[in-house]
Amino acid sequence: MKRIPFHIYYLVFGLLLLLSLIVSARVGAVSIGYDHIIVFLRHALTGTPGSSIEEQLFLQIRLPRVLLCALTGASLSVAGALMQALFRNPIVEPGLVGTSSGAALGAAFVFVMGKSLSGAWVDALGPFLLPLAAFVGGGLATWLVYRLSNVFGKVNVNTLLLAGIAVNALAAGGTGFFSYIARDPQARSIVFWHLGTLSGADWTNTGIVAFSTIVGIGLSLRYSRALNALLLGETEAAYLGVNTRQLKTRILLLNTFLVAVATSVVGVISFVGLIVPHILRLLKSSDNRWLIIGSALLGAILLNIADMLARVIVAPSEFPIGVITAFAGAPVFLFLLIRAGRQQQKGGFYA
Amino acid sequence: MLSIENLVCRIGDRTIVDDISISFQPGRLHVIVGPNGSGKSTFLKAFSGEWTPAAGHVTYDGVGLSKFDRIDLARRRAVMTQLPELHFPLSVDEIVMMGRYPHFSFRPSARDRDVCRHVKRLLSIDELGERDYLTLSGGERQRVQFARALAQVWETPHDGARYLFLDEPVSSLDIHYQHQFLRLARSLVKENIVLIAVLHDLNLSLQYADRMVFMKHGRVVAEGARDIVTAELVHRVFDVEARLLADPEGGRPVIVFA
Repeated sequence: MKRIPFHIYYLVFGLLLLLSLIVSARVGAVSIGYDHIIVFLRHALTGTPGSSIEEQLFLQIRLPRVLLCALTGASLSVAGALMQALFRNPIVEPGLVGTSSGAALGAAFVFVMGKSLSGAWVDALGPFLLPLAAFVGGGLATWLVYRLSNVFGKVNVNTLLLAGIAVNALAAGGTGFFSYIARDPQARSIVFWHLGTLSGADWTNTGIVAFSTIVGIGLSLRYSRALNALLLGETEAAYLGVNTRQLKTRILLLNTFLVAVATSVVGVISFVGLIVPHILRLLKSSDNRWLIIGSALLGAILLNIADMLARVIVAPSEFPIGVITAFAGAPVFLFLLIRAGRQQQKGGFYA
Repeated sequence: MLSIENLVCRIGDRTIVDDISISFQPGRLHVIVGPNGSGKSTFLKAFSGEWTPAAGHVTYDGVGLSKFDRIDLARRRAVMTQLPELHFPLSVDEIVMMGRYPHFSFRPSARDRDVCRHVKRLLSIDELGERDYLTLSGGERQRVQFARALAQVWETPHDGARYLFLDEPVSSLDIHYQHQFLRLARSLVKENIVLIAVLHDLNLSLQYADRMVFMKHGRVVAEGARDIVTAELVHRVFDVEARLLADPEGGRPVIVFA
């Protein structure tokens, strides 16, 4: 399998993504026939919308949701690949190092206190206030975990896990507090922040996440070689001409950007960023260029499938998507931990 | 040529490298020896640009080290460190290609691939290309890292020499690979390459060095061809009683420790 060239994988992933998008757009509380989907899409593209309820449902609810799901999956997975390269450890992901929960705290703050915030800057930011607050929260949490676990250029995994637990607990406590004091019935629930849901998708927030995903992944690709060099160690990367200090700051910011914007819209969805790069490494290679492009595609596919399950299992109601990613992801995480314990003497996770 | 003037390195108020002035010419294998904590590794880091010295000047072909931008420096100076730890599976090809990173911006050119093929053949690791680095033996890993460093400085820049520094390259190898590695390093000694190795083993150094530099307490205690080595010098630097014998075949000096 390792001999299959990269572009074949990209092609297969691309086709699978298309397929998962179409199937996912079809199923749900109301299932829509493929023939209808084609008609609706043609209407939307030619600017002659029909007025049936089914068409409205498809164009205003189903389609943005499916796209938001794919974008979120791509963002979270690429962020996972970035964090794993930065920490030089395969058990790291945005949910673990505090980015997601910090972002949720920032977003929850705006949701609950937003009405009492006022002033010119709040108006000026408009729909960007929420992602910005999420960015600040996620950035602070990630920076804190990174600083605590990185001692003299080496990441201590035990400290990393413990610091992650502490920062996550702190942020989750804060989010819980905001959910509790929220008087507005529209304010989002604790369940939303901890397990995530895509039911709030509309074209505005899908557009914002599309922007952060495309820009974030595009920028990440520029750093793929430097991240590869970093796998050898900070000193070795510096000898290869990499400005390691600058690289680390930028990767932390990129990760926060990708995760925070998505989290502010869909809540905390864990383990996607852990599983997807892991599968890609087993399939082919640890080259970060492959991991970034592959994570974007495979992350979109897998989260789409998870969301489909979330909608189908208890239809016409729906499951929080985070329950499904946790059921799939936590065993992978445990597997990696067991393997890490066994490999400690040999010096490598995948040896 | 690598010139170092009045170099001082400090950690806090502890002086690690204490006012060293020395120069290294191309075309010879320079070996730096000294006991643990003598400042060899910090000294190497300082003249390779990884450590900012507290005082002093380092110049490559007359140009100050700080004048080079990162990429320009990486194209003329490679450092092979003690085996780096890897946590992810990477193929030998991928690691060797990292040496070419300073030379291309997005995709490796045909030239970059040629260079990698060449160094792999030179180090007899061309069979290992697809293998996962983590499954290699210590000796094989060492050769892969050496190939990476060589690929990095394969071409001589138009305005100066190439610089290849080896930081304790053989300390994790068995005798067979130690000699194989140093023979290979020796064979690279050419007019246009400044080759400096930090070694622990005195007998190995005696056998392969063109010039030896003895360090103690952050200073250069003695330097010169192997005939400067005496029992008295070894005692002074390493604090070990030693005798120098002549190899019955060939007369090369061998150090025996009492």
